Amino acid sequence: MYLRNLVVSGAISLMGTGAFAACSYENETPVSMLSAGFEAWKAVSDAMAECGNFTAELDQEFRTKQPAAFAAQPSLYTIGGVSNGTITPLMNEGTIRPLDDLVAKYGQDLSPNQLIRIDGKIMAIGMMVNTQHLIYRDDILTDLGIAVPTTWDEVLDAAEKIKAAGVVDYPLGATMKSGWNLAQDFNNMFLGYGGQFYDENNMPTVNTDAGVNALETLKAITAYLDPEYLVSDSTYVQQQLQQGKIAMANLWASRAGSVDVEGESQVVGKVNTAAAPLAMEGGAPATTIWWDGVVIAANVSDEQADAAFRLIVEGLDTEMVKANNGAAVWLIPGYDPDRLAQGAIATLTAQPAPQAYPSTSAMGLMHTAIGNGVSDYLTGAKDAATTLADIEAAYLTSAKEAGLIAE
Amino acid sequence: MKFKTFAAFVGPSLFMMLVFIALPLVSVFTQSFYNTQPVFEQVEIESCTPGFPDPVCVTRTETKPILGEDGKILTQTRFTGLESYRNVLELGRVKDALANGSWRQLMAIDFWKALRFTLTFTLLTLPLVVVVGLAIALAVNNAAKSLRGPVIFISLLPFIITPVIGALSIRWLFIGDGILTSFLEWWLAQDIAMFAQGWTIELMMLFYRVWHVAPFAFVIFYAGLQTVNQDTLESAIIDGANRWERLRYVIVPHLMPLIVFVALIHLMDCYRVFEEIVGFSSQSHVISLQWLTYDFLTPDDAGNRSIGRASASAMLTMIGIVVLLIPLLTRTWRDHKGSH
Repeated sequence: MYLRNLVVSGAISLMGTGAFAACSYENETPVSMLSAGFEAWKAVSDAMAECGNFTAELDQEFRTKQPAAFAAQPSLYTIGGVSNGTITPLMNEGTIRPLDDLVAKYGQDLSPNQLIRIDGKIMAIGMMVNTQHLIYRDDILTDLGIAVPTTWDEVLDAAEKIKAAGVVDYPLGATMKSGWNLAQDFNNMFLGYGGQFYDENNMPTVNTDAGVNALETLKAITAYLDPEYLVSDSTYVQQQLQQGKIAMANLWASRAGSVDVEGESQVVGKVNTAAAPLAMEGGAPATTIWWDGVVIAANVSDEQADAAFRLIVEGLDTEMVKANNGAAVWLIPGYDPDRLAQGAIATLTAQPAPQAYPSTSAMGLMHTAIGNGVSDYLTGAKDAATTLADIEAAYLTSAKEAGLIAE
Repeated sequence: MKFKTFAAFVGPSLFMMLVFIALPLVSVFTQSFYNTQPVFEQVEIESCTPGFPDPVCVTRTETKPILGEDGKILTQTRFTGLESYRNVLELGRVKDALANGSWRQLMAIDFWKALRFTLTFTLLTLPLVVVVGLAIALAVNNAAKSLRGPVIFISLLPFIITPVIGALSIRWLFIGDGILTSFLEWWLAQDIAMFAQGWTIELMMLFYRVWHVAPFAFVIFYAGLQTVNQDTLESAIIDGANRWERLRYVIVPHLMPLIVFVALIHLMDCYRVFEEIVGFSSQSHVISLQWLTYDFLTPDDAGNRSIGRASASAMLTMIGIVVLLIPLLTRTWRDHKGSH
């Protein structure tokens, strides 16, 4: 009881808004949810709260809290909001339940695209996709007569022209904050050059041509960035874009909507999105595909799981999407892609298509090693080969320690 | 005092220290020699993710931990001896770097890079904190009585602010086109990016730490100044000692035990420098030993964390503090013995 009170008081309590207005039934069983805190989650949890007896905790630290909270007996939350990156520890620890029977019972209206299957079982219900793609100032490109770039070479050419024209502070923006963000930018480029992170025995394979090319392209990009790029995360780039300081960025689709927010953005209506640029001819766009969705804890009663799933169906319905169409690139039937969703859709439908982010135990270690290692190349402390060799060495140490590689 | 009374007074604190300091320390010490890892298996997994218009299914060989009968991940713990320490210290690479005589190569190794920063940071801030603290204390002591209250209040403010918040405030003053950066750019008429290179970040960290800790030194020194023997001071004046000589030969010797105390506390605190790294997100340029421990301990998206190396790095940090404190402790010990 104490814990529950704590959760209720500490969380953004969403109960009671709308007083069961738009919900088709009244929920009797208490259900709680822990998810990330961006706009789409707010929309979904608001819709779920309309049925009553529901508390949501929207917390950007969810990825650290979730594994421990779901491992508790009973689980501290019934529903978890996850992405294809953060579902891995829950899958590994077996703390979320297969949803096949519940989908059969209540999920007639879900689109097949929403059913996230792992090893043949439906483990999560997807609600939106996310990807890093090109967001650009349409007015600037039109004024300067630059075609929308489709490859990174073209992006760099365009950046040079924009720099020469001097219309913005910095031609490009990038989420290169050291750590997770920087690693993800490297990953995008590395996959764009056709790289593979590790082989079947979990031995690292980043010290390759693809790795060197990825590093060199990143370095070339930094010439057009705010010199403080190593501390710039998604929010920082979003603000640079909103304040008209940059002209282009390879930024998350979930951030695109913010450029049209009146009062916050100075570039309303001037920004368009396009597919993530290619790193090399004939390759896939240099990015990864992510999905966000919901899972149900294994350590809760079947009755609670049942109630939770009904809430999910209610929260992820067409009505919610129609009311929040611009908040995300929804997977839910009834979604009408707007101007800013074009980039995400072009990225997803590209041939060859970019990979979904390959979340595994080994990839987690690799991501950390890359995040800690790449900045040494960008600051000039190491050359490309040394940087990649050191990343492989750091990965090997962690992988041996974690037991992924035999000694 | 009777032993029983003494024990009754000291007992609770001793118990607390045992439970909250000694036991965790022993536990960390033990964990640094062991390694717990999940038992993995290789499985073929077909996973389907959303695509437009249809889901995309791929089959991959993945390494997955095996779940035991109780539903928990099967783990095995084995004694690894000094392996975690070796992995943190990376002595092999150190040897190569030394053989090549390359400082840059040495600074490419996390632990040594962190040690370099932690040591310079600690040793540079120490004299600054003592001097600034003493200066404020002297200024307040010489200020008019009516001004003392407000001056003490204002000089204590930085000390009251939560360290992370303080670090973040300074970051926001300087990051991008922050107020102070804009001011500097206007004043010096050139483009300035404080977060673009290591040395400016280190400079801001030094400034922040001195700003934050000097009030602590000030409070201690100010209290000490109240006990300076006025007769000695007066006789010094009669002997013709000027302000500087009075400070040098009367006040500072009187405050010496307090200076040692402030130095001890500061060394212990400062060697664990952490808030600055997080607050200024300086990982690309400088890292500290405490941050290294934190980095080992933070789980990644897949839930991996390396407890063994984190424990080893924590133990090494503690050893570092002890080594730094030895000169000051022996000095205090000598004084203590001498006074009997």
